[in-house]
Amino acid sequence: MAIEVPVFHVLMLAGVLFLLGLAGVLVRRNIMFLLMSLEIMMNAAGLAFIAAGAVWGQPDGQIMFMFILALAAAEVAVALGIVLQISRRFDTLDIDAASDFNG
Amino acid sequence: MTLDLVLFWIPGLVAIGATGAVITRKNASRALIYLVVSLLAVAVIFFMLGAPFAAALEVVVYAGAIVVLFLFVVMMLNLGRSSVMRESRWLQPGMWIGPFILVAILAVVFAYAFANIDGVDTKGEMVGPRAVGEALFGEGAYLLAVELAGFLLLAALVGAYHLGRRYLEERREQP
Repeated sequence: MAIEVPVFHVLMLAGVLFLLGLAGVLVRRNIMFLLMSLEIMMNAAGLAFIAAGAVWGQPDGQIMFMFILALAAAEVAVALGIVLQISRRFDTLDIDAASDFNG
Repeated sequence: MTLDLVLFWIPGLVAIGATGAVITRKNASRALIYLVVSLLAVAVIFFMLGAPFAAALEVVVYAGAIVVLFLFVVMMLNLGRSSVMRESRWLQPGMWIGPFILVAILAVVFAYAFANIDGVDTKGEMVGPRAVGEALFGEGAYLLAVELAGFLLLAALVGAYHLGRRYLEERREQP
């Protein structure tokens, strides 16, 4: 049986996780940690969708979560390819090195 | 109600703690293990909120596929002790001040916005995989979105192959 909690608490948890991910994106310079923080942020958005779905008792929240999941998978696949390219060309994982790509 | 709140915040606090560990670790593989803990805690919350299918997807796709992809890349890049030292050079304590102020402002905005919907409870009923599948493919409401997600995944597949293939080819020529 599912729990009944005020949706305020669930959204606050999602907000805290989102803000932790945002702090990670702002502070870290290593691309790997930037991508991990982005994953955290997207996961928090998914939690908010699940919470909304649980309020109405409808499956649409889970469907939006599945779309977020597909988006996260696509984003990670391409971004990790770019990480490999950056680490090969500049021999570093510094995100500032990406500005030297020049197209 | 109170018991439900306690049950909710146990994995919630685990998720917050593990996520805080992810953004402060210097070793990438340890951060990834903490990320797995965070994702599993969120999966438990999904299950308790009545979304078992989303919980299973969280474990299988997020913790099982995406994090493993990260781990593969960490292994390919061979991040060792030098990367940890470089990481501690990049991660000065003073760097946290500016982002912390911005995040605190956003936290106040979030708390204000969410406080307006206080008094709304989650329904407490399970919505199983059958209901999700029927809503996704049944009336055709999400047909276009499903097609777009398929195109997105195909584009990501082609892009990842293209980027990764050049890396592997030139690496083979080097030694």
